[in-house]
Amino acid sequence: MDITEVPVSEKSKGKKKKTKKTKAKDMSAEGDIQDGDVDTKDGVKMESEPGASAFPPTFSVSEIKNKQRRHLMFMKFKQEKRKQKMTIRKKKKKERIALGDKAPPKEVPKTIENQRVYDETTVDPDDEEVKYDEETDEFAAYFNGLTNPKVLITTSDRPRGRTVRFCEQLATVVPNAHVYYRRGLALKRVIPQCIARNFTYLMVINEDRKVPNGLVLCHLPDGPTAHFKVSSVRLRKEIKRHGKDPTEHHPEVILNNFSTRLGHTIGRLFAALFPQDPQFVGRQVATFHNQRDFIFFRFHRYIFKNEKKVGIQELGPRFTLKLRSLQKGTFDSKFGEYEWVLKRHEMDSCRRKFQL
Amino acid sequence: MQHDDVIWDIIGNKQFCSYKVKTKSQNFCRNEYSLTGLCNRSSCPLANSQYATIREEKGQCFLYMKVIERAAFPAKMWEKVKLSRNYEKALEQIDENLIYWPRFLRHKCKQRFTKITQYLIRMRKLELKRRRKLVPLSRKVEQREKRKEEKALIAAQLDNAIEKELLERLKQGTYGDIYNFPVHAFDRALEQQDEEEAEEEEEEEEDEDVGKREFVADDEVEESDISDFEDMNKLGTSSEEEEEETSSEAEEEMEIELHKDTGLQQKKKKLSKGKSPANSAARRKRAYVEIEYEHETEPASKSRNT
Repeated sequence: MDITEVPVSEKSKGKKKKTKKTKAKDMSAEGDIQDGDVDTKDGVKMESEPGASAFPPTFSVSEIKNKQRRHLMFMKFKQEKRKQKMTIRKKKKKERIALGDKAPPKEVPKTIENQRVYDETTVDPDDEEVKYDEETDEFAAYFNGLTNPKVLITTSDRPRGRTVRFCEQLATVVPNAHVYYRRGLALKRVIPQCIARNFTYLMVINEDRKVPNGLVLCHLPDGPTAHFKVSSVRLRKEIKRHGKDPTEHHPEVILNNFSTRLGHTIGRLFAALFPQDPQFVGRQVATFHNQRDFIFFRFHRYIFKNEKKVGIQELGPRFTLKLRSLQKGTFDSKFGEYEWVLKRHEMDSCRRKFQL
Repeated sequence: MQHDDVIWDIIGNKQFCSYKVKTKSQNFCRNEYSLTGLCNRSSCPLANSQYATIREEKGQCFLYMKVIERAAFPAKMWEKVKLSRNYEKALEQIDENLIYWPRFLRHKCKQRFTKITQYLIRMRKLELKRRRKLVPLSRKVEQREKRKEEKALIAAQLDNAIEKELLERLKQGTYGDIYNFPVHAFDRALEQQDEEEAEEEEEEEEDEDVGKREFVADDEVEESDISDFEDMNKLGTSSEEEEEETSSEAEEEMEIELHKDTGLQQKKKKLSKGKSPANSAARRKRAYVEIEYEHETEPASKSRNT
């Protein structure tokens, strides 16, 4: 390998340099045998464009073998890019101010929600078929006001303190809810007993390593069973600035962003947990907000300060759910008919595609 | 020839035995045919030419026996006897097969057999009970989901969404009459009221003053009577003024209220450009405080008698 001595002046001409960097380059140039060839390339290119402050087009930072120098070059490259971007932005801003009213409308930035792949099962509010389905599905009885919800909350075997407390708090949030200990009973035997006692819902909170991590929500007479993954559970005292305990009033329910057919079913599943007549006197609201397939549950107390402002204070536990599977009948892991199952490889491949 | 002692001497203490597992307190024997699992002189299958064990295969227990006569035939060394499923019968079988054998071997065989049957029973029971299914989690996937959840939380802007929804419901009237802000209805009603009143005034004034006769003095128009004049003026003026008034009435009202609130009964700073006492007529329809301006000037027409 030859060490070609690239004249210093040319190098400095080629790039805007801080003196430190020139020194570093020179020193490394002399000491660095491997870079000899690359240097010549650089040198040659720089000679051809003496006035250009930017990098020659076919030069790429990755061709420099020396890590430190490569890093320096890359940093500079980034800085220049940033500067260019800033100048463009300033120019645009000036133009916008100059044009005043005639300026073109601001471009809307792309968000994941904007770019979401259109799901063909999105429900149109006026869809006849959907309406018909909803009238004849398992929740029809509830939505027609015939049945009142009665919820049984239980856990997996041997629950630890956190799970137990979570169950208790859930029971205060959902009106007409009862907590029972599991004691090693098989779910398949529990279900007929529940039906016999007129329960409409069975909630089983699964626990792993002392923390609740799963939820099975089973609509009773013969309704769908949904299995969720539970994460970020915050009990009441872990919430900052939380309010006092919820009262016995029936809360209102807010369901946000359940747009597809599947989402619709799940939304109805949640809605049927709460009694049909919210008591506005209590000023409590339970929210199920779906964002990118995560369902966030919050429980607030609200107060209207005037007609344009409302204040909310968080009571109650908060948690996030992610749907893992939806089963047609009641809970039956072996023979059940799965309506929808989370298949990770298929569904997680596209970042813009969501199921709920 | 089989020299048990020599074998034990070598493998037991001095040299290497590949089945031996050494721990701090004890030595174990990993040989499959070992009766106890310990490495002892009496329970080493290699160092005893007469030996017996119990082994279990798929829920079936077998008695294995080794005698010195077959020491030369490694392939046929162990004799395998199937034991009955019945616990007592099996014990009898063991006794029968190991009759005249050293007490130690017999005893240990029975012990081992008992233990095996016990654990088989336990296995069968557990099979019938519910069992926890352990699902392996992939750390990468879990981390990914966690991050997605955080970002989704930020994107969701929950508080704003909830507040918006509540306000929407309030606007739509789902809360009925609980809250006393009928919202936009109130503002709209207010505006309507303004317009109505303005219209009324216009109409009334026009009607009233048309055709009315007033007798006005010739000379000596005192300042205090200006108001009448201005009423007359009003008749003649175009409706523009009135419209202007009505439009600014809203402002005026507010300012009047302000004045009232502060309790100042000064000269009402009439709000818009020189519309001063002319507005008093319009004001008549609502509560107002009339202030008379007194300026002392000598009437021009009077002549002094000298």
